[in-house]
Amino acid sequence: MSERIYLFKGFERFWHWSQAALIMFMLLTGFEIHGSYALFGFAKAVSYHSFAAWALVGLWVFAIFWHFTTGEWRHYIPTTDKMIAVARFYSSGIFRNEPHPFKPSASNKHNPLQRLTYLGILVFVSPLIWITGWLYLFYNDWAAWGLTNLSLDWVATGHTVGAFLMLAFLVSHLYLATTGHTPLAHIKAMITGWEDVDHGHAPREG
Amino acid sequence: MKRIWQRVLFAVASCIVGIAVAVAAESSGAVGVPKSTADHSKFKELQREFASGQEVTKACLSCHTEAAKQIHQTQHWKWEVINPQTQQKLGKRHVINNYCTSATSNFKACASCHIGYGMSENFDFASQENVDCLACHDTTGKYTKPSGFAGAPVTKDTEFPPGSGKIIKGTNLTPIAQAVGKTRRQNCGNCHFTGGGGDGVKHGDLDTSLEKPDRDLDVHMAKDGLNFSCATCHKTDAHQVPGSRYAPTGKDGHAALMPGNPDDKGRNVATCQSCHGQAPHKQAKLNDHTDKVACQTCHIPEFARGDVPTKMRWDWSTAGKRDKNGKPLVVKDDDGYDTYLGIKGDFVWGTNVKPDYIWMNGVNKYTLAEDKIEKSAEPIYINKYEGSARDGKSLIWPIKTFTGKQPFDPVNKTLVVTHLAGADDTAFWANLDWEKAVASGMKTAGRPFSGKVDFIETVSQWPITHMVAPKEKALACVECHSRNGRLAAIDGVYIPGRDAKGMLDMLGWGVVLLAFVGSLGHGLMRIVSRRKN
Repeated sequence: MSERIYLFKGFERFWHWSQAALIMFMLLTGFEIHGSYALFGFAKAVSYHSFAAWALVGLWVFAIFWHFTTGEWRHYIPTTDKMIAVARFYSSGIFRNEPHPFKPSASNKHNPLQRLTYLGILVFVSPLIWITGWLYLFYNDWAAWGLTNLSLDWVATGHTVGAFLMLAFLVSHLYLATTGHTPLAHIKAMITGWEDVDHGHAPREG
Repeated sequence: MKRIWQRVLFAVASCIVGIAVAVAAESSGAVGVPKSTADHSKFKELQREFASGQEVTKACLSCHTEAAKQIHQTQHWKWEVINPQTQQKLGKRHVINNYCTSATSNFKACASCHIGYGMSENFDFASQENVDCLACHDTTGKYTKPSGFAGAPVTKDTEFPPGSGKIIKGTNLTPIAQAVGKTRRQNCGNCHFTGGGGDGVKHGDLDTSLEKPDRDLDVHMAKDGLNFSCATCHKTDAHQVPGSRYAPTGKDGHAALMPGNPDDKGRNVATCQSCHGQAPHKQAKLNDHTDKVACQTCHIPEFARGDVPTKMRWDWSTAGKRDKNGKPLVVKDDDGYDTYLGIKGDFVWGTNVKPDYIWMNGVNKYTLAEDKIEKSAEPIYINKYEGSARDGKSLIWPIKTFTGKQPFDPVNKTLVVTHLAGADDTAFWANLDWEKAVASGMKTAGRPFSGKVDFIETVSQWPITHMVAPKEKALACVECHSRNGRLAAIDGVYIPGRDAKGMLDMLGWGVVLLAFVGSLGHGLMRIVSRRKN
């Protein structure tokens, strides 16, 4: 009854879900270190957070390699094509059961708003978190790196800004994952790799 | 059944072998090899009677010809230190503190802790025979310098105070002289454990519990562990003892000392870093603290941990009350510690005390006898350590903050020297008369006194550096990494867990809430519109 296309490859799904788990865990431990609540205890929260950071570094090494060797990085090139239509769909069409203006394919997985959002995460939020996080990890080497005027205050502030943006993204991302033709459609696709595209509306999360 | 017996037999046999091996290992280092190259009991010079400490010293100097000259250069002998940073003249001959206030005018009692004989305001600091070798080199524990004799031992049974009927038993110096050896912790402890007039009174991190500490109390000095003496860290060079709170090292900042390293010349060897360096922890994140936090801050979670309380406050202004027999009043707490003495005033004691924390760069500024003090500026800092997050020379240090109320001259606006101890009519402890006692003390000290005595609030600061706990008893991270933790008052450093910023957090959570409310609203509209369709 439906045309199914294989949209998310094995490694991609593994990367997505392990990254999701690590990010959620790091938000949980990170905000404890920040002083927002007590859960694991400060010492454990720091150990867990650092451990998860290194796991994420490892994951990213593989993910970057995969993106460049497979050409998958092209999915994050921004485009204005159908951007207005997609924006109009999420702000009004979706409530009138209109069809989604964007049809995903293996060569074009993300709608233009997704492309823009993910690119924003990639070029702004991630580097902010990574650079400040790296500095946090290697605090003792700042002098050797010539960073004598850097203050932990600024590094911590940057890291926290990044964390809030990541959390806001996570909240929206989790919600938009329910906007498929059924609330679980996108989530299933992200698990199995197979996406139904013949329904003609709301096939993709934002 | 047979198997069980075999096992028991095997276990017993292994125990016996184990003990035998342990005993052999224990004794192998000691058997036949004396620790010292000299057995002083074999020296002719020491096989005689000694009528005084000076006679012993002369015998010592007949072999150790230069020892007295070394001693003459030390703080222990001079009781005077010129602070290298502030040029202030410090040391026991000059400072006025807020415990027993001053040694000056009270040397007959206080000089029990001088490494000389006959200390007074007119003491001859060039005298060689008045150097007291035994105070630091007695290994018998029998050498004492009773209060009232200006630092001299009593060699013959003596009635003291004269006419009191109390007899101080004479000390035979011969066996003491024949058994001299390296300085033990008890030698240092005789004075440094009892500073301020009694066990544990002054420092908080130095008291008699350190004579035989367990590992929890002091990981370095533990009897069943490393068993350090004081001199293991305070390693002397030509009788100079490194490590003094008059001019401490705020921030060592160097790697561990290396014998022969020319860069290490002149370094204080008594710092933690001189052995442990800058990155002593296996866990990297802990080493991130060593540029800002003194080792002592985490590794001495509390002071006065050895069941010996330390004085936290001393109010002299209430002294003078007498009991119904006309004797100075004595009030004790349930543990037998004085909380009020007619001759001293009110005390507050503390055990297992959490230190206060300050940035400390080692500059120790005193309020001295000649400095003007204003009642409006209370509390007056007897001494205050300088330091800041920005000077590059400070670390965050634990200190004991000792408060008190002590006599001062409200007209001349200075601290005062009080004549406390003595058999004469002006001594405060004899007659409880402030004006007389201060007049006498100030006259001895050669300072002007208006004749009026008032009391003023004072504070002194004592760096906490002893009683280092084992690593498993070090402070938990959360003690400081929390909103109202131990370092709540420390400025100039970002502490994760403490310094979440109100504005940033409000904005951040606002953005997250917006995403949440937006999603919720959008979702609700989808549900509502789906029903309509």
